[in-house]
Amino acid sequence: MNYNWDWGVLIREPYFEWLVSGFMWTISVSLAAWVLAFSLGSVVGIARTTNSRILRGFGTCYVETFRNIPLLVQMFLWYFVFPELLPDDAGMWVKRELPMPEFTTAVVCLGLYTASRVAEQVRAGIEAIGQGQRNAGLAMGLTPAQVYRYVLLPVSYRIIVPPLTSEFLTIFKNSSLALTIGVLETTAQARQIEEYTFQGFEAFTAATLLYIVVTSTVMLLMKLIEGQVRIPGMISLGAK
Amino acid sequence: MFGEFDTGVIFDNLHFLIEGMQTTLILTVIAIGGGLVLGTLLALARLAPFKPLSFIAGTYVNFFRSMPLILVIFWFYFLVPHIVGRPVGGFYSVLVAFVMFEAAYYCEIMRAGIQSVRRGQIYAGQALGLTYAQNMRYVVLPQAFRNMVPILMTQAIILFQDTSLVYVVGVKDFLVSADLVANRENRILEMFTTVALVYFVICLSGSLLVKRLQRKFAQ
Repeated sequence: MNYNWDWGVLIREPYFEWLVSGFMWTISVSLAAWVLAFSLGSVVGIARTTNSRILRGFGTCYVETFRNIPLLVQMFLWYFVFPELLPDDAGMWVKRELPMPEFTTAVVCLGLYTASRVAEQVRAGIEAIGQGQRNAGLAMGLTPAQVYRYVLLPVSYRIIVPPLTSEFLTIFKNSSLALTIGVLETTAQARQIEEYTFQGFEAFTAATLLYIVVTSTVMLLMKLIEGQVRIPGMISLGAK
Repeated sequence: MFGEFDTGVIFDNLHFLIEGMQTTLILTVIAIGGGLVLGTLLALARLAPFKPLSFIAGTYVNFFRSMPLILVIFWFYFLVPHIVGRPVGGFYSVLVAFVMFEAAYYCEIMRAGIQSVRRGQIYAGQALGLTYAQNMRYVVLPQAFRNMVPILMTQAIILFQDTSLVYVVGVKDFLVSADLVANRENRILEMFTTVALVYFVICLSGSLLVKRLQRKFAQ
């Protein structure tokens, strides 16, 4: 294996700046998509645990649809097909005037997809509490909304901190799919450096390290948070 | 919009699309097989009493699990020709990438499965005088596999979806074939909708099957 090592390429201009900007895009896409995924996922997940058949059916349809189509295909659907399905004016607007079209599309696609996964975790968290607490809340005269707000959600979110952490890491890794529609995030920049300089080994190592650093930091942080918000005496629930 | 939805283009290129689907399926099957074998070995290494071995396996798993699949595909697309010493083409390098990547996930599934076998079974095996390897082969693994069937199938469905990522290095799988047709015939709407629908039907049937299996095992 003959290969010309040149680690200096990583700190040379403009390649260093490419990596930094790529990393920034990765972070922005992941965080923006996570906000969408977390809020929408919570709504859908809660909908799947209500007593209303319509809400439950809607939640199930949402989850099954988004979970059973590959993320890359969804990315293409949002980017290429979605504007065609809109009425002419709106389609034109999306194609021509939408600010940062690649970024916005990637965030929406990633957010809606991950929402289906977050929804499953939220549902599992609520179901783990059991029917007794819900009935107790209702018997005390709380409205169903209050039961969720004061009884079910505070506990269930604590239970699902670990799976939600791994969902966040999934969104972070999946943000690399944004490169297929032209967002120059970390992986895309590493690939570009390889194509320009043929120093693939160095470029991919840099990208790998960036991903590993963020992944380990997030895991550490969430462990701390999990410990901080734990309700004393409910450790057994959290351990499930 | 849908008024001009041309289904003809799908049938005209059906042969081409089926060829793409064959590539997707071959990739999926080989990646499952290779991933399972390598993953089981990794899981055994991870649970082995010999510390350095379990450390190496653990590092391997954590390393691959913190990387995006696309980056892994790029890595092997770049590395494999360097290691082999000659160009090997996209298909073989993504195959290696998928086996190595999936092994990390299968390892974790296996580990959970092996740990779900009650300790009494292992002690019983030891008491009968089985060696470590025999104990694994005849007592632990058969039970572990049975516990893992639903989650292994779920992982297979995820893998089937993930193979679409070979798009980034241009291996002609189902999605890439449809993409080629879409661009050649200028029928993006029809082709991508069809692709989404085909994936949806296959994956939904798969996950319904998993649910039935789960119910059966739960009884």
